[in-house]
Amino acid sequence: MDIKMKIENLNFFYGELQALKDINIEIESKKITALIGPSGCGKSTFITSLNRMSDLIEGTKVEGKITLDGEDIHNSEVDVIELRKQVGMLFQKPNPFPKSIYDNVIYGPKRYGGKRKVELDEVVEKSLRGAALWDEVKDKLHQSALMLSGGQQQRLCIARCLAAQPEVLLMDEPTSALDPLSTLKIEELFDELKKNYTIIIVTHSMQQAARISDNTAFFLNGELIEFGKTTSLYMKPVNSLTEEYITGRFG
Amino acid sequence: MRTLHKSKNKYNLKESIIVKILYVFASISILTTIAIVVTLLEETIVFFREVSIIEFFTSTKWTPTLRPQNFGVLPLLTGTMMIAVGSCIVALPMGLGSAIYLSEYAPKNVRKTVKPILEILAGIPSIVYGFFALTFITPLLKTILPETQVFNAASASIAMGIMIIPMVASLSEDAMMAVPDSIRQAAYALGSTRQEVALKIVVPATLSSIGAAFVLAFSRAIGETMIVAIAAGQSPVFTLNPLDSIQTMTGFMVNISLGDIQQGTIEYKTVFAVAALLFAITFVMNMTAKAIVNRYKEEY
Ligand SMILES: Nc1ncnc2c1ncn2[C@@H]1O[C@H](COP(=O)(O)OP(=O)(O)O)[C@@H](O)[C@H]1O
Ligand SMILES: [Mg+2]
Repeated sequence: MDIKMKIENLNFFYGELQALKDINIEIESKKITALIGPSGCGKSTFITSLNRMSDLIEGTKVEGKITLDGEDIHNSEVDVIELRKQVGMLFQKPNPFPKSIYDNVIYGPKRYGGKRKVELDEVVEKSLRGAALWDEVKDKLHQSALMLSGGQQQRLCIARCLAAQPEVLLMDEPTSALDPLSTLKIEELFDELKKNYTIIIVTHSMQQAARISDNTAFFLNGELIEFGKTTSLYMKPVNSLTEEYITGRFG
Repeated sequence: MRTLHKSKNKYNLKESIIVKILYVFASISILTTIAIVVTLLEETIVFFREVSIIEFFTSTKWTPTLRPQNFGVLPLLTGTMMIAVGSCIVALPMGLGSAIYLSEYAPKNVRKTVKPILEILAGIPSIVYGFFALTFITPLLKTILPETQVFNAASASIAMGIMIIPMVASLSEDAMMAVPDSIRQAAYALGSTRQEVALKIVVPATLSSIGAAFVLAFSRAIGETMIVAIAAGQSPVFTLNPLDSIQTMTGFMVNISLGDIQQGTIEYKTVFAVAALLFAITFVMNMTAKAIVNRYKEEY
């Protein structure tokens, strides 16, 4: 088993409030890991601590160790910019920049080193194809990204992540603001994406987690209750709380 | 039986009276505007019966109160533009800088204290800025550049620039604050620094508001009177040297209004011609600002 990220004894505090309690998870390389659990259980907190987006919130404190390819991401030598380049993130609500489709995709590549126009054109096509959006937008690359539908915007955000050539993709309920058809389109993408990327996805839909993920982690009140292969977690959960949650008896 | 038909009860009557009163109020302001424009135009037309419009716009001599009389508005126009450009050179970077700082960098409590202070700055009467220019900025300029005249364009420009900083800052900052945080988050997640978020995301997203704030600031500087009347001088000379004494369109109008020029004379009518020109310029600028905002809507 190839481990991409390893989280050891992670505690996370918002001031006095402890949002994560002693979390230990190993994230498998080029697999999809789903995080499930009721609202407020710490899924977003967990995922934002993996690319240190949580650094942006004042008054937070992190304890424990998170490694990416064996390197501690909290090491003072680590450049958060480099970290976020390798660990891309997709948000709940599509958030394209108020720029053209083209400019959205090249935002990352452009800032990681001045590329020539032809190279950028290539990156744009490749990333948009990777996000299954190319055919829909290839004739209007220079139109505003805000003209796109919600589902298209979210796929554009995926393309924008891919263009930055990450290794890990974090997704915080990426389809919860989308209609079922757009959701399906994005779910269909996952099989393709996991050939090249390690994906960690928060979802409040257990069906979605069951459909797409290889491993599943169940969180409750800031604690990791159960973690394992998605099939075994759903078929024969070890913890009774997990069983109650997946059978819909609470939350 | 209950009915959906209108009844002539007292509520309807009260409502219709209120609507009529409001209508009258609204009409008064529109009528006043129309009356001003009509008066301006009337006197301006009379003026141009006596003075050639070509002379007005091409001659570089402006001596309407001296013999021989010259009616070339260019010195006033360059004086005005020099002041407007000068004050924008001061107000633009400082206003934009403050807006970026307040919206992207300042901690909440700093923003809470600085914003009201900016608004106070905007409320200081312009005559105060005029004296500030004359008694503080001009002597300062003189120690650095001894050839500075007692009354000069630079000093008035700097004071006016300071006066319009809050306007530029506050309009730009409002637009920047309207940029949703989710977009900043996206940029941070792509590894952006704070500075990149400010300059590559927020500023481009609010460019049309910033542009409009600019045009409005420029227009404000063109129409401002007190500072230039006090600190810029009363010499309508055709110059581009900011250290020289100049006269602006507004400065000229104040000057004539304070003098003992007889009503109905050509000297008197020049005021209306200059006022009409001033009105036309500021009108066009304000329309431009509106057009920019409408043309490039900031949506997220
Ligand atoms: N910025 C914040 N400041 C303070 N508390 C927060 C913040 N964000 C989340 N929390 C708290 O941390 C806990 C976990 O929240 P979150 O990670 O958003 O849960 P989830 O994503 O599973 O719904 C909740 O109790 C929430 O109120
Ligand atoms: Mg959440």
